[in-house]
Amino acid sequence: MVLPVVLVIAVLVLYPLAQGVFFTLTDINESSIANPVLDRPATYEWVGLRNYLTVLSGDASYGAFWATLLRTVVWTASCVLLHYGIGLGLAVLLNRQVAGRAVYRVLLILPWAVPAFISAFAWKYMFNAQYGIINQVLRALGLPDPVWLGQSNWALVAVVIVNVWLGVPFMMVSLLGGLQSIPADLYEAAEVDGATPWQRFRHVTLPGLRSVSSTVVLLGVIWTFNMFAVVYLITGQNPSTRLLITYAFERFFSGASRDYAVASTYGVLILSVLLVFASGYRRALRRQGEVW
Amino acid sequence: MSIEAASLRAATPARESRRAKRSRAASIGLHAALVTASLIAVFPVFWVVVTSFKPDALAVETTPKLVNESSLDNYTRILSGEKGDFLAWFGNSVQIALLTTVLAVFLSATAGYAASRFRFPGKRKLLLSFLVVQMFPFAVLIVPLYNTLLALGVQGTALGLVLVYCTTAVPFCTYMLKGYFDTIPADIDEAGRVDGLSPFGVFWRLVLPLARPGLAVTSFYAFLTAWGEVAFASAFLSAADESKTLAVGLQVFVQQNRTEWGHLAAASTLVAIPAVAVFYLVQRFLVSGLAGGAVKG
Repeated sequence: MVLPVVLVIAVLVLYPLAQGVFFTLTDINESSIANPVLDRPATYEWVGLRNYLTVLSGDASYGAFWATLLRTVVWTASCVLLHYGIGLGLAVLLNRQVAGRAVYRVLLILPWAVPAFISAFAWKYMFNAQYGIINQVLRALGLPDPVWLGQSNWALVAVVIVNVWLGVPFMMVSLLGGLQSIPADLYEAAEVDGATPWQRFRHVTLPGLRSVSSTVVLLGVIWTFNMFAVVYLITGQNPSTRLLITYAFERFFSGASRDYAVASTYGVLILSVLLVFASGYRRALRRQGEVW
Repeated sequence: MSIEAASLRAATPARESRRAKRSRAASIGLHAALVTASLIAVFPVFWVVVTSFKPDALAVETTPKLVNESSLDNYTRILSGEKGDFLAWFGNSVQIALLTTVLAVFLSATAGYAASRFRFPGKRKLLLSFLVVQMFPFAVLIVPLYNTLLALGVQGTALGLVLVYCTTAVPFCTYMLKGYFDTIPADIDEAGRVDGLSPFGVFWRLVLPLARPGLAVTSFYAFLTAWGEVAFASAFLSAADESKTLAVGLQVFVQQNRTEWGHLAAASTLVAIPAVAVFYLVQRFLVSGLAGGAVKG
């Protein structure tokens, strides 16, 4: 029964991946790729590790790799921290007996249901410097009204806000499920022992959420690291919000000759960073006695 | 809100006897926090809907109003195809999203069940590889996938795109469903076998109905994956207007009509409605379905 899935994944992921890795060692682009429509054979050539060397040298015309990597890490860390913190806070609130809990839950999960490109459009409209509702409110309150989506770090702040808005529901729902699986006796026992609410949270809730948390945080990091739609649709090719993945896309889609080789090189580097992170994360969890 | 702030009212389990103990102030604080969060969650969507009724020129006024010569004009113009072949895009998106959902849920349910119940060589590696597949940036895959689809003869067709979306959706769904199947006791399978069901009969008639929350979550995920995807759709579908999906069509629309906020908002609202409808159908299963998968994951 597993066979169909393995087959689909092998044909549509592993084989393309191998081919993608191969492309990073060539100078393939729009004009050298085989084109069956025009009946043109492939003319790209083997260039060894040249793509990796130019990208890793941090050359600005190749996307300033190290600065972009740093920005991507900052982006991922701030998004996932906020996702997790806000998601956990809301999950804890929703796990209590509250009047209208079902209504709150539906409203809070709504951002997840809206397609990302619609949300991107909505926020772009709201962030507009002159007539966007956010700056109008800020002006009314006498606060400074930055040009959110210009060439400054405000743009990065803006996309982080949007991505946090988008990503909190998934965390909240997962953690809420985790909270509901913690047996109530544990809390009663803790209360009998005179634990304060903070101690109960610290020593019952957090350990009880361990296995859910480790999974959703890892998924969150992977998804955020590769989050393309939000950033690209809101700020386009803005260097202040350039992430590894959006740069790969820029390289792939724009420019006179679409540079598939460098785009693939970026892809392989992204994959390596994530693999290193995931194995380190796994090792850290295992050291704490987590079986995963 | 930080974890600390939340935790002050945190760890009280949800029980009726405790509820009486909560002070009035805590109760107000709880509702205030939830109302604020809900407002933030809903506002962008609400604002798009409000804007969708305004004429383009009034959508960018410096004093925002809820209603400003609002009418259904934007909607009628979009549905009549004046702004691109909206209905064709809509049909394509529905077709692709539904096919993806059916195929992905079927594949991942069978694979997840097998991974949950049977022992076979390489099982752990298989599950781990599903997680690793999540890490593949499409930037590496996009050119080779294009070649693969060409070789399979489905490049530029809806089916090709469905297959590509399945590669995104199936690993995550399998992972979730395997965890969910693990929470269903294997005794049930055995009882079914004793009563004379075939292995597939057990899966189809006993396990799947019990796994409805898990299936709901995975269908939701698969549907949204296909419904809102932009990058692959813009790379793989032919440039002909009538073969685009909504995500692609709307991007073109945005680029060509930067100032038509009212029309864009109306189109966005129309696109969001099916997604929100699917969401509403499955939302009551979301918490239990996702919990089963992630806890055991």
